[in-house]
Amino acid sequence: MSETRLLVVEDEANIVEALSYVLQRAGFLVETVSDGDAALQLLKRERFAAVVLDIMIPGMNGFDILRAVRADPRLADLPILVLTARGQAKDRQMAEEIGASAFITKPFSNAEVVERLRSFTGKSQQGEEG
Amino acid sequence: MLHADFVIASCLIYVAILFSVAFAGDRKARRNPGGWLSSPLVYTLSISIYCTSWTFFGAVGTAARDGFDFAPIYLGPMIVFTGWWLFLRKLVTVGRVHQTTSIADFISARFGKHSGLGALITIVAVIATAPYIALQLKALTDSYQVLTHPAGAIAASSTILEPNYSVAFWLAAGLCSFAIIFGVRNLNVNEHHHGVIAAIAVEAVVKLVALLIVGLWVVISVRGIPAEIFANAPVSLMRPADTFDTRWVTLIILSGIAVVCLPRQFQVMVVENSSERQIRTASWLFPLYLFLLCLFVFPIAIAGLNRLPAGANPDLYVLTLPLQEDRPLLALLAFIGGFSSATSMVIVSSIALSTMISNHILVPLALRFSIIPTNSTQSVRHFILNTRRAAIIFIVFIGFLYFWVSGTSEALAAIGLISFCGVAQFMPSLVGGLFWRRASALGAFAGMAVGFLLWLYTLFLPSFGGSAIMTAEVIAQGPFGLEWLKPHALFGLAGFDPLAHAVFWSLFVNTALFVTISLITEPTPLLRLQSTLFIDVFRRQTESELRVIRRTARVGDLRQMAERVIGPRDAMELFSNVPAGERAVVASDELLGQVEQRLASHIGAASARSLVSRVVTDETVSVQELKRLASEAEQIRAYSEELESKSRQIEEAAAELASANRRLREIDKQKDEFLSHISHEVRTPMASIRSFSDILLSEPNLEEERKQRFLAIIQKESIRLTRLLDSILHLNQMEKGQPYWEVALFDPDRALDQALESCEALAESSGVKLRRVKQGPPVLVLGNSDKLAQVFINLISNAIKHNTDAQPLVMITSVSDESAYEARIADNGPGIAEDDRERIFGKFERGSNAERAGAGLGLPISRQIIERFGGHLTLAASRPKGAEFTVRLKVARAPSDVLPLRRSVS
Repeated sequence: MSETRLLVVEDEANIVEALSYVLQRAGFLVETVSDGDAALQLLKRERFAAVVLDIMIPGMNGFDILRAVRADPRLADLPILVLTARGQAKDRQMAEEIGASAFITKPFSNAEVVERLRSFTGKSQQGEEG
Repeated sequence: MLHADFVIASCLIYVAILFSVAFAGDRKARRNPGGWLSSPLVYTLSISIYCTSWTFFGAVGTAARDGFDFAPIYLGPMIVFTGWWLFLRKLVTVGRVHQTTSIADFISARFGKHSGLGALITIVAVIATAPYIALQLKALTDSYQVLTHPAGAIAASSTILEPNYSVAFWLAAGLCSFAIIFGVRNLNVNEHHHGVIAAIAVEAVVKLVALLIVGLWVVISVRGIPAEIFANAPVSLMRPADTFDTRWVTLIILSGIAVVCLPRQFQVMVVENSSERQIRTASWLFPLYLFLLCLFVFPIAIAGLNRLPAGANPDLYVLTLPLQEDRPLLALLAFIGGFSSATSMVIVSSIALSTMISNHILVPLALRFSIIPTNSTQSVRHFILNTRRAAIIFIVFIGFLYFWVSGTSEALAAIGLISFCGVAQFMPSLVGGLFWRRASALGAFAGMAVGFLLWLYTLFLPSFGGSAIMTAEVIAQGPFGLEWLKPHALFGLAGFDPLAHAVFWSLFVNTALFVTISLITEPTPLLRLQSTLFIDVFRRQTESELRVIRRTARVGDLRQMAERVIGPRDAMELFSNVPAGERAVVASDELLGQVEQRLASHIGAASARSLVSRVVTDETVSVQELKRLASEAEQIRAYSEELESKSRQIEEAAAELASANRRLREIDKQKDEFLSHISHEVRTPMASIRSFSDILLSEPNLEEERKQRFLAIIQKESIRLTRLLDSILHLNQMEKGQPYWEVALFDPDRALDQALESCEALAESSGVKLRRVKQGPPVLVLGNSDKLAQVFINLISNAIKHNTDAQPLVMITSVSDESAYEARIADNGPGIAEDDRERIFGKFERGSNAERAGAGLGLPISRQIIERFGGHLTLAASRPKGAEFTVRLKVARAPSDVLPLRRSVS
């Protein structure tokens, strides 16, 4: 089976490392980027099955990326999981309004993130993941 | 000519008639005041003393010389009586209600019973009136001499006669006795001089009838029909080119003012007034009287010009024209008319002035210097009556003296108008007093005094025509050659008629001072009360000061004093309601008020007040009552002002509240942001810890190397979390000013080197070069070495972490001299954007160019620390590349700074 490509947009190195490890273990192919502008360019250029998106990142912030993605007809259906340390209700509301597919606050459970991404990509549980 | 004895006999008969009229008038008044005595007709006729012999003879003379120039003297009063009716009504009503004794009393009472004002007005009035009396004496003597001259009247009137002073003297003496007999019978001025007024009314009729008969005779028998008379009038008389000029208008204004302000006019119009009906009738009847009086002025003047030789004095046409046509009885009638005009003026003027002199000068002086004997009840009465008699003699004597001194000179001719201008100085205070609440005593006094001096300087003194008092040289060139002080062109105002010039300057400065000083002075309670009583006279006539100003006096003292002024009989009546035998009882406010009012009607308000205050032991002002008394309008105004000021206060409070709310919202927003930041800063390391723990827990068989790495991250992130919490607590503590650090003298360079050492590892791992420069001698500062090192570490590590340059470099420089120590940490990184320069010192803020690292609390904490040491942490002004932070500290050198080696900073 073909590997499912994910894009992780995150500027905190430790979290990038953790997510990469967990998602690869879950069978995804993981690309990471730490800058907002670079992330949007990448999304327009390449195809990803889903995106993990932080809000507070250098350059274009997560909300702006989300809006830009939803404005692009080719990317309108791209599953986007917002993963942020901004834990307030209004942030969640805002994210959902502009088209986030899921909203998870940091700190997060690895299992939950994997579960959500699987449900978005239709990728079934496999291998040694547990 | 007429035989002198015949003329004298006629005069004596006429005077005898006047005496009997006056006597009858007084007798009737005692039995039944009212009836014809207080009829509006008699009142109006008495006002006609305005027309003196000056107008009786002089109007024809002026008309013969200058045509319509005679008219303003009549037009002014006509305008005032018809057009200013409301003003007159108010003036007369106030005078009646307050039982005013003279114009001096009126104005001084209005301005808080100010005794100085009363004295000033009296002095001005005497100086302005004495020459006027002299003018009457001259007119009488002249007309008598012309009438009885052996060479014939026409010839006599063509030459300048040496005045017959003995005639003048006996006339003056006669007028004195009349004024004393009928004018000073009683102390109570307000009981009205019915006898005098009756006699004056008869004289008014006589002078009008005399002039009308002469006029009719001229029209009917001398020239036939009126049309013919005017047809023969000289053209220059009827259409003079410069008639209606500045002087003409000035004369109208001046005579309008004089008809109110002349002491004798005020006497008959205000003091002698007993009902509003009188002034109502006078408002149309007096102008009618004046109209009739000047009806035949032109015909007589024209007839005189046509029939009499060119040298004949036009001022005596009324007399000489009948003689020319051989009508001696008609001439006698004209003489009696002039005689009436002169005598009535002298009598009323002397009575009015004597009251003023007595009430406003002699009584106050006697009171002040305790001249009035205190032993007898009658003494005060007699003293006052005698001063009045003496004052009458004094005034008429001064008039006579003036006539004697200046008898043959031309000075007297102009004295009528000069006198008008003098008394016109009362007008601003009079009008202001009746209508303007702010009008103050000081303003009235200053305005009047300066106006009076200007009048003296620009008009009165120059009228002597270059005498010892004011030489011709001074008049022509100004004193000491000062052009701008020329009496007839003061302050460079040249080219005007001297009269118009004097009227302008004196009244202008008078009014200006009056208004300005009134505006800047604060009224006393009594002044405020009196102004209310005067201005609101139609609204509250019954109010008195008794509730406003509370005074305490013993009934006995009060009664004794009253008896001495008003006599035992009147005093008994006044005190009839007070039970006998209670001499020590305190008088009620009402009784005090009654006594003072009664005294005021005898000796004027100011003297009455000063007299009453001698037995008053205690005086307090009730502000509340004063407020209550103030007119509704004033209350409403005060209320609305209060409301306005309150609503202003409320508006200000609302604005303050709004800005406080804005500040609160701002603080609230900052707090939200702060919490949001903290949440973010806590959640980020927590996320790493959680995520790696999840991995470690779910994968027990993780290879050792990876396990170690993940655990290290967890540990690092835990430390980061702890540091964050410490920082927050630290900052909070510092913001509250609570930290207690050990403070000591230390070398700041050592702290800097220590910090440098701590950062070397970081620099090496980031590939950043550090360079250290030292300038200046080693110094000591006061503070905490560890804290300072912490600041330096923060600044150096920031410079390392944010430096993205290809060849990153951080320069650490320290510069010291005897007063200051400076450490500069500069990098060649991206620098700080202009917009961020202040923001970076805020909590959780990072420059927008900065890569993320740290919690953003470093700079605010550092700044707090440095400021606690009395130093400054600043960002150097914009640089082309990189950022430079400067820590500046004070060097501690003085022993006093060194002594407390260990102490805490709070």
